[in-house]
Amino acid sequence: MKPVIEVDNLSTRFGEHWVHRDLNLVIEAGKVMALVGGSGSGKTTLLRQMIGLLHPTKGQIRLFGEPLFTGSIVQERNLRRRFGMLFQYGALYSAFNVFQNIAFPLRELGVLDEDLIHDLVMLKLSMVELLPRHAWLMPSELSGGMIKRVALARALSMEPELLLLDEPTAGLDPDRSESFVRLINSLHRQLGLTVVLVTHDLDTLAGMASRVAVLAEQRILALGTIDEITRVDHPFIRNFFCCDRAHRALQERMNG
Amino acid sequence: MSSASIALETDAEGRRWLRLGGEWRLMALASRYEALRTELQARARDADLGWNLDGIESLDSVGAMMLWQAWGHAFPERVQIPPSLEPVFARLYASTKKPETGPEPKGRLEWVVTVGRLSLGLWRHLVDFVALVGQLIIDIGHVLRAPREGPWRETSANLYKSGVRAMPVTALVGFLIGIVLSYLSALQLKNFGADIFIVNILGMGIIRELGPVLVAVLVAGRSGSAMTAQLGVMRVTEEIDALATMGVSRSLRLVFPKVAALALAMPLLVLWTSAIALMGGAVSAQFQLDISYAFFIDTLPKVVPVANLTIAMAKGVTFGILVALVACHFGLRVRPNTESLSSNTTASVVSAITIVILVDAVFAIATRKIGMPL
Repeated sequence: MKPVIEVDNLSTRFGEHWVHRDLNLVIEAGKVMALVGGSGSGKTTLLRQMIGLLHPTKGQIRLFGEPLFTGSIVQERNLRRRFGMLFQYGALYSAFNVFQNIAFPLRELGVLDEDLIHDLVMLKLSMVELLPRHAWLMPSELSGGMIKRVALARALSMEPELLLLDEPTAGLDPDRSESFVRLINSLHRQLGLTVVLVTHDLDTLAGMASRVAVLAEQRILALGTIDEITRVDHPFIRNFFCCDRAHRALQERMNG
Repeated sequence: MSSASIALETDAEGRRWLRLGGEWRLMALASRYEALRTELQARARDADLGWNLDGIESLDSVGAMMLWQAWGHAFPERVQIPPSLEPVFARLYASTKKPETGPEPKGRLEWVVTVGRLSLGLWRHLVDFVALVGQLIIDIGHVLRAPREGPWRETSANLYKSGVRAMPVTALVGFLIGIVLSYLSALQLKNFGADIFIVNILGMGIIRELGPVLVAVLVAGRSGSAMTAQLGVMRVTEEIDALATMGVSRSLRLVFPKVAALALAMPLLVLWTSAIALMGGAVSAQFQLDISYAFFIDTLPKVVPVANLTIAMAKGVTFGILVALVACHFGLRVRPNTESLSSNTTASVVSAITIVILVDAVFAIATRKIGMPL
């Protein structure tokens, strides 16, 4: 299996502060990889670098085996169309309604006819468990959970091979967050996507990730399944995984 | 991976099959979408034809939807779908079963609703504006009774931002307008040999009329839009609600400093801009008509009664208050989306300039007997 994302000796500096130093990471196709780490450890920065929103100070990132920033507009655009991103606050276009938001990337493609786009939007809405009548609402009329679902539908509209999630369950109540995790899991199973997520939430982590990369001390501190990670002896990992809350979340996963 | 292919074949029993193969994914299909769709639709009209999807390497919902649409939203009579592709069609089938409701159709009396909505909107604007002014008056009363609670730091910051920082641009515009006005008048006055009246024209025109209106238009565009955008973004990010929960009055902390700052800064800016514009006029007059600076300065107080300056200051205060009030009014109406922010900022500047010019006309009528030279 070819790796989907390869990060090679990546270093990032903000002003005088080094966020990453010689960081290496390979994400294989079909896996769900979670990036965890303390606040300010550069998880979101790494995620944004993976999709080319930020330039690394040093090092290289390859997506689907191709380097980012080749300089060719067409090549870069085609690369960007192969992944979908779910932003933390949804980032729905507030001037468009739900339908237009999901249809936007499809219309940008410029070849599909409106009939097909309409049916595809309705399909994506049903995939994220929303009703057809929700298509005509404006983003300002949606609840937090619905915004995430619409944003997910938009991220999926280009049939991506790779889905990136930035804090997918932040700001949702436990019940909603659980059903959102279930939704992403079932989509992952159905579509065979590669998923990369950044999260703080242990329930989300335990519910979704098949592999975990721990980001601390400017590099990938540990990489492996949740079981393997919890056995690593390091102050940050102990703190992150070994409090009561973590135990409960992990226990539930083992039992369920 | 091979690209999407369509092939016709006949099996041992003499039945005709359409064999689909290759990659039926959005990114692979996009370049040949039209051709493929036309071919599929043409084939689908042939009811005897069987569909064999065994050769398809990968299928996403775009590819599946293309087939589904060609089939007329139902499975054809003879179709062979490999088990690996079944979930894709199952998803499609599930989504088409839900009843669909479009946006509500427009009725024949839609225009009545539109007119009604517009009038109600205008009425709400009026009510909100009156409420804003009323709240501001209550705030001023409160500040007068308890001066220590006044938002003086914010007022001072606003005074700096919308007053001091506006000085270069108003000076530049004023100077150029002065030169242009003086130059054009000089061309006409020369014809009549009425050269020295240049001082009267510039003095009355700039001090009484042009200075205040010019500054009001500049400040509305510069500070008014900034105030609307600032309040609007604060609404979007819920900062205004955060203030309210801490028991801080938004009108006292956000509206009052802006209104007070512009009420103070505007007359000063008017004075500054008029002075620079007169300088520009004097320079141009010296070049065009050989009128010395000493003569210009000496004549000015004689031909422009001091009452004109008082009127200009009164206009400055009034325009300042109006621009700030209009800016705050529209800023507080911003709803949390980008469209609303841009339309309210535009509305704020346009309304402020219009209102300033309307009020200027009222001033002109009300003060028509004051300050005219004998």
